[in-house]
Parts: sequence; structure tokens; C-alpha cells
Amino acid sequence: MEKISQSVVKKDHAPKISGRSIYVADYPSEGVLCGKILHSKVARARIKGVDVPELPEGYFYVDARDVPGDNNVNIVLDDTPVFCRETVEYIGEPIAMICGPDPAKVEEIRDACIVNYEELEPVLDFRSADEKFFDYNFGHGDVDKAFKEADKVYEEEFETGYQEQGYLETQGMMAEPEEGGRMFVHGSAQCAYYIHGAVKRVLGCDSDGVHILQDVTGGGFGGKEAFPSILGCEVAVAARKCNKPVRCVFDRREDMEYTSKRHPSLCHYKAAVKDGRVTALDIDVKFNAGAYSTLSAVVLQRGIIASPGIYNVPNVRVHGWAVKTNTTPCGAYRGFGGPQTFFAIEMLMDHIAADLGKDSLEFKEAHLVKEGDVTSTNGKYHFPVPVKDMIEEIDKACDYRKKRAEYKKPQSGRYRRGIGMSMYFHGAGFTGSGERDLIKAVAKLRKYKDGRVEVLASNGEIGQGVRTTFPKIVANELDIPLDRVFYDHPDTARVPDSGPTVASRSLMVVGELLRRAAIKLKEQWADGEEQEVEERFKEPDFLIPFYLDKFEGDAYPTYAWAVNAIELEIDTYTGRAKVLGAYGNFDVGTPADYNIVLGQMEGGFLQGIGYASIEKMEYDNKGRIRNNSYSDYLMPTTKDVPNLKCMLHVEKYPEGPYGAKGAGELPLVGATSAYLEAVEQALGGVKLNHAPFTAEDTLAVIEKEGV
Amino acid sequence: MAEIRFVLNGKEETYTGSLSDRLLDVLRDVYRCTSVKCGCKEGECGACSVLIDGTLYNSCCVAMGAVEGSSIVTMESFRETKRFEALEKAFGELSAVQCGFCIPGMVLAAEALLSKNPHPTEDEIRDGLSGNLCRCTGYNAIVNAVNNAAKEGNGLW
Repeated sequence: MEKISQSVVKKDHAPKISGRSIYVADYPSEGVLCGKILHSKVARARIKGVDVPELPEGYFYVDARDVPGDNNVNIVLDDTPVFCRETVEYIGEPIAMICGPDPAKVEEIRDACIVNYEELEPVLDFRSADEKFFDYNFGHGDVDKAFKEADKVYEEEFETGYQEQGYLETQGMMAEPEEGGRMFVHGSAQCAYYIHGAVKRVLGCDSDGVHILQDVTGGGFGGKEAFPSILGCEVAVAARKCNKPVRCVFDRREDMEYTSKRHPSLCHYKAAVKDGRVTALDIDVKFNAGAYSTLSAVVLQRGIIASPGIYNVPNVRVHGWAVKTNTTPCGAYRGFGGPQTFFAIEMLMDHIAADLGKDSLEFKEAHLVKEGDVTSTNGKYHFPVPVKDMIEEIDKACDYRKKRAEYKKPQSGRYRRGIGMSMYFHGAGFTGSGERDLIKAVAKLRKYKDGRVEVLASNGEIGQGVRTTFPKIVANELDIPLDRVFYDHPDTARVPDSGPTVASRSLMVVGELLRRAAIKLKEQWADGEEQEVEERFKEPDFLIPFYLDKFEGDAYPTYAWAVNAIELEIDTYTGRAKVLGAYGNFDVGTPADYNIVLGQMEGGFLQGIGYASIEKMEYDNKGRIRNNSYSDYLMPTTKDVPNLKCMLHVEKYPEGPYGAKGAGELPLVGATSAYLEAVEQALGGVKLNHAPFTAEDTLAVIEKEGV
Repeated sequence: MAEIRFVLNGKEETYTGSLSDRLLDVLRDVYRCTSVKCGCKEGECGACSVLIDGTLYNSCCVAMGAVEGSSIVTMESFRETKRFEALEKAFGELSAVQCGFCIPGMVLAAEALLSKNPHPTEDEIRDGLSGNLCRCTGYNAIVNAVNNAAKEGNGLW
């Protein structure tokens, strides 16, 4: 194992395990007003007015009229209001915030507010919804010709549901007016500078008029990429009006119903097959964006770029659209569009293979991309594709091929077994030219007189370990003990903008900037002096420039690769599937810390298995999310997948620190299709096309097919 | 209004309030035991776990009236013990703490388990921690850490 990969005790271990870490809800309440949001109770309506009860002294009602600047939250576009405009567009949309010293009284006032709605017809049916937020088309080759010349054409639709991030700490933000009129906003978040940009616009102040601190954050998984900008604007507006600190921490039901989650999807695939090979794909990907566009543009881009999977198909046509419905806006969640389309392509390949009388693994292997091949956007796979080796490693770990052949034989009795495999990538870092054109990351190192070195960057520790891995990289280059390097939670008042904590980019992109900064500092090192060095992002020379208008070029500099196998046993009486083994092989380049990276892989893989099997969330015919609690939305416990085995395959990326690539999202992306392939096999070779696939779904298949 | 007497982290306390006040809220708001986290307020996640007379409870589902005469332990005192040291070391060696929000509850669940069963099997550890949700780790590191703590802390439990 390389020196950098050797595990250390994490920098935030002691304060977290002892319960000393202060999360946003843990700051003392003295002098702080509690803010609670008055949410819309209907999916679409014109607001005629709100009857607010008489407010006791010290209590405030805050709404759009109190926004000093622009009542729009800057995310990708600016269509999300801070507080609703004349209409509400989904159940849960913030109409106002009630603030006051006593939380019980605030809640009482909130619940006594009478909102006069003039109800409008909401759009709830995602299938028929056609108001497009985003609409993309791209492809290559001659798709129509390939279909004309095909031996056989396959057509199938795949559907996936919501997935809730389920971070243990709910959303929470706090705003504190400071002397001189500056506003201090802090809380549970991934992207301090996103919040900074949003709040300054809403308060109508300049960059120095507001600063953002990321507090200790109890998990993000994408859910705290954009939403804290919205909540941060709301508390900032409230704190400005009340002229006191205001804190708003969501309760679990509020969080599950009204904050962003993974986009439900409908993926329609058409495949042309000639001489046993897929020669063309015609793909239509539809995402349910919800009521506002938030991050749907970028989630959809990543989803459609990945939609042909990791297969070399010469002719591809892709249409992707994100449509508006009057439901909670969807947003970022680990995998970011990839889990939906990889599910579709993996199941499709499996189904075509079955129809051709071939095994799915053999069929997929015959289509695998390799180094030098063209990507879906006419970019290039610049580096080796290690998937074949990774398949062999998985086969060795779980005897995949043997079990696959064994379980294919007719089974009888109450319990039936199956095993399935998926293979996929996660494009490392931002999609397209975002890193170069939008983020332009800057990272710094500050050396103090006593020789200690501080990392200055804006990437937030959300459990993934950057408070440890960033200092590890710096200490390694400077050749000084790790306890001489530290990285605190970022405050925009004192750290440069090294970009958001998203897209599996922090370690790969910012970690490399820090490595280069450390080399620079080492060259200039002067004992007893205070010194500062800075590094700025430069796009690697080998990249084929990406043009978003045409979806042409390298969408990603490199890829993290994965192969998953899942073996399970179905109880045909109850429909319950017991996972006998879940095996994940992940190539994220050189691990910056073996335990930390393994922890990311295990945690992400289990989230993926949850998405495949038990994490079901739906809304009713009023647009209300019904699975709004941990009682109604099931997440895996210690008991669900005891035999979860992850391994790391290392294919180094020369532009990442010591060969590291993006890691955090990869493990979630492909579990669904491995799981469903296993279910299909256990149920005698049925074809399944939706996820999650629950025990109830299994019983329905058994009833229908008489398995 | 009632006066409720109980022992919190080894210290006698008298709480004046409603019998139906929630233990979780009282611990956090009155006694500033902020290691006790609020994850769901309906007994599903275990982030608010505390020990009441040595048994693990979700403090969100306990009314103050029920703790009269009881002894309650939160991380604020458990972190001063040798048993905690053993768990802290084992968790640290495996990087079993990610976001940290579930961890105080998870560690108390481990204490509740090990104090009844000092040499648990992996299955028994998974049973003992099954009421505590963690969304970050996939649980392997936590389960292995508890196993290592039980072995290396032999005699502490």
C-alpha cells in the first residue's frame, strides 16, 4: 500500500465520537429566535392572502415583502423564490417564516395562520407532464440506418422512483446580524460559496456584506448542495427583519417531504441488434424535476451522458428532458442522474442477452468500452478501462459465474436464489467545462510562525473525510507530521473559493491543488516566518474541449469504474429478499486513506441497495409525499446486508493527487441493476424494469407469473 | 407542573415541568446535553439514545414522568469512562465515524450491548445496534469496531 493510503485516525474523530461537536441545532438558544416555516398545504394555488394572528411582542411574520434584494435564490437558474410569489407551486413551498423566542409559541402562531388559497389545477402526473425545464439532444453515428439494417429491435421503458438522502441530521441554518450590518449565516451544508452567492443577492449586499460558515454537518449526500442556499436565504431575510439571530432546523417530516431528493425517471430505450451486437441506441430520458428547476439541468446532463452505459455502441441518439410537476423540487443526490440511466441500460443489456440466449455478463463484456474508444459525447476514454480485470476479481470473490449458472437451473421450493452483476462508471468531477468556466477553484496554504500549516479551501467535511485527507496530502508533500497541518470548517470570510463539495471533485481537484501548493510552500519554506501560497485550477492539457450546446467533447477528464455483484434469496411466501452477499469492486484511483475510502464505498453501496429494494417514496393524488418519516420510508439497518464486501481496484489518474480519482458517488450508482438481475434470476428469468423492487412487487410478480 | 427527581450523569437533579415533557428536549434544552441528537423524534433512528438504569432508550419516546427515580447516562459522562476509551480507540482505528451524527447514540448502544454481553458474535452486535440508523458507513466499520473493542477491552465489561 502506498504511504498516502495508510489510514490514520481522522482529525474530527475525537470531537465527534465524544459528542462534543457542535452541529447547528446545538448552539445555545439564548438570544436566538426560532424560525418555523409556513408551508403551502396545496400543490398549486394563487395566494389571496394570509390571515396572521396578532403577534405577541418579540414575534415576527416574515415573507417575500421582507426580502431586501431579489426574491430569487440563485442555484443554476434563478426561478426558485425565497418565499413564494403570488402562487405556490408545490405542497411545502415556503409562504412565510414565523420567528420568536419560544419554539412552542412560534409553532402555535404558525398553525393559526390561515392561508387563503385560490386553488389551481396542479400537474401531478409525471408521465403526461410536458412543461420542459430542460431539453437536450445529442448523439453520433447514423441511428436510423442502423435500425433499418437491424436483425432485431428491442424497446423497453424503465422507471425509477424518488430516493431520499436520509442524512441523520436534518436541514438547519442560522443567521446572525453582525456589527456594521454584515450578516453571518451558518449551518449544515456542503457548499459555503453557493450560499454566499445566493444570500448576498437576496439581501442586496456586496460580497463583504455576508459570510458563510459550514458548521459540523451530519451528512449531505447531495441533499445539502442546493437546499441550504434556499434555507440560508430564508433565515438571512428573517434575521435582517428581526434584527436578531434566527435559526431554523427542520423536523424529520418537514425534511423528507419538502427538501430535494433523487429525480424519479422514465427511460425509454430502443436498441438495434445485428449479428448479436447492439449497433444503435435511441434513448429518451425523462426526469421529474418538481416545481422549480434547482439542479435539474446538471443532474439531467450527467444522466444522459451516461445513458449508453459503458458499452461501445457506434450509433447513439439521446433525448433528455426534465419536466415540471407541482411537487417538491428534486435535486442532487449521490450519483446525480447516473443511477437512473445506468439502471436502464444495464437492465436492457440483460434483457437483450436473455432474448438472444446469451448470459448477460458475456454479452456485456463483448460490448465493453476500452482505452481510446469514443465516449457518448465524442470525447475519448483517455486512460485504461480496468473493468475486465475487475469482473475477474469479483468472480473470484463470490464465485459469480458458477452461481449464475447454478441458479439458472429450474428452482422449486419456498426459497429461490439469484445473482446479478452490474458494471458502470462515474465521470470524475464536474460535467463538461464547469470546473474551468464556472468554478475556477483557488486553494491556499497558510504557514504560521510556529510551523503549523493551515489548509484554506471551501470544501466541507460532511463525513467523507476531507478534514483528514486534505491535511494528509499537505503533510505528505511537506514531509512534516500530520498534527502540524489542520483544516477547519470553511468560513467564506477567510477561505478562498475552491468550489463546492459536490461531484466527487473535492479530493481529486482541490486535493491536487493543495498538493501542488504544498510543493510550492516547501520550496519557499522559511522557518519562523508566516507564509502563504496559492494554487489555481488549470484544465489538463489532454482534454478535448466540451461544448454543452452540442454535447461534444470530453464530459469528464477521467472515470471511476465499478463492478457490483449481488446474490440474494427470495422467500416466495412473503416476497422478502434476503441479500446473501453484496460485492463491490471500485476503482477510484489511489485511495488517499484506505479506511476512509473503504467507508465511502461501503456506505454508498448500502445506500444503493436500499434504493434498489426498500426505499420507496411516492406522492398521492394531491401531490403530497406520503412516505415522510423513517417509519414510512425504510433505510437499511445493521441487519439488512451483513455480508457487504467492498474492494478497491487501483487505476491511477495522473492528474489526481497520487493518482486519486473522484470517489464519493460511484458506489451508489450501480447497485440497482445488480440487485434486480438477481431478483429476475430467482424468479425464474422474469424481466423487471422498475426500481425500487420491493417485497410487494415480488409478490405481485409471483401472483401474475405463477413462479 | 411536577417536580421530577432523577440522576443525570451521576448528579442528582430536580426537573420542574410537565410529566409529559419529552426527555430528549429536556436533556438538550435544560441540561445542555447536546451529544443527544434529535434525528426523527419518533423512535426510529436511535440518534437520541441514552441509558436509563443501564438500558438503552430513545429519549424522544420517553416522558419525563417516566424517569422519576432513574439514573440517566448520556455521552457527557460516558465519555469519561475506560469503556468509552476502548470504544473510541476501536472506532478510530477503523474510521468508523463519518458525519458523526448517529455516533453518540451508536456508542451508547454498543455500551448497552457489551454490558449485557461482553463477548458478542457479529450477529449479536448487529442485533444490538439494529435500532440505530447510520446513513454514512454501511455499518461494517462500526460493527467491526465494536467487535474489536469487546476483544481489546476484555475485562472492562
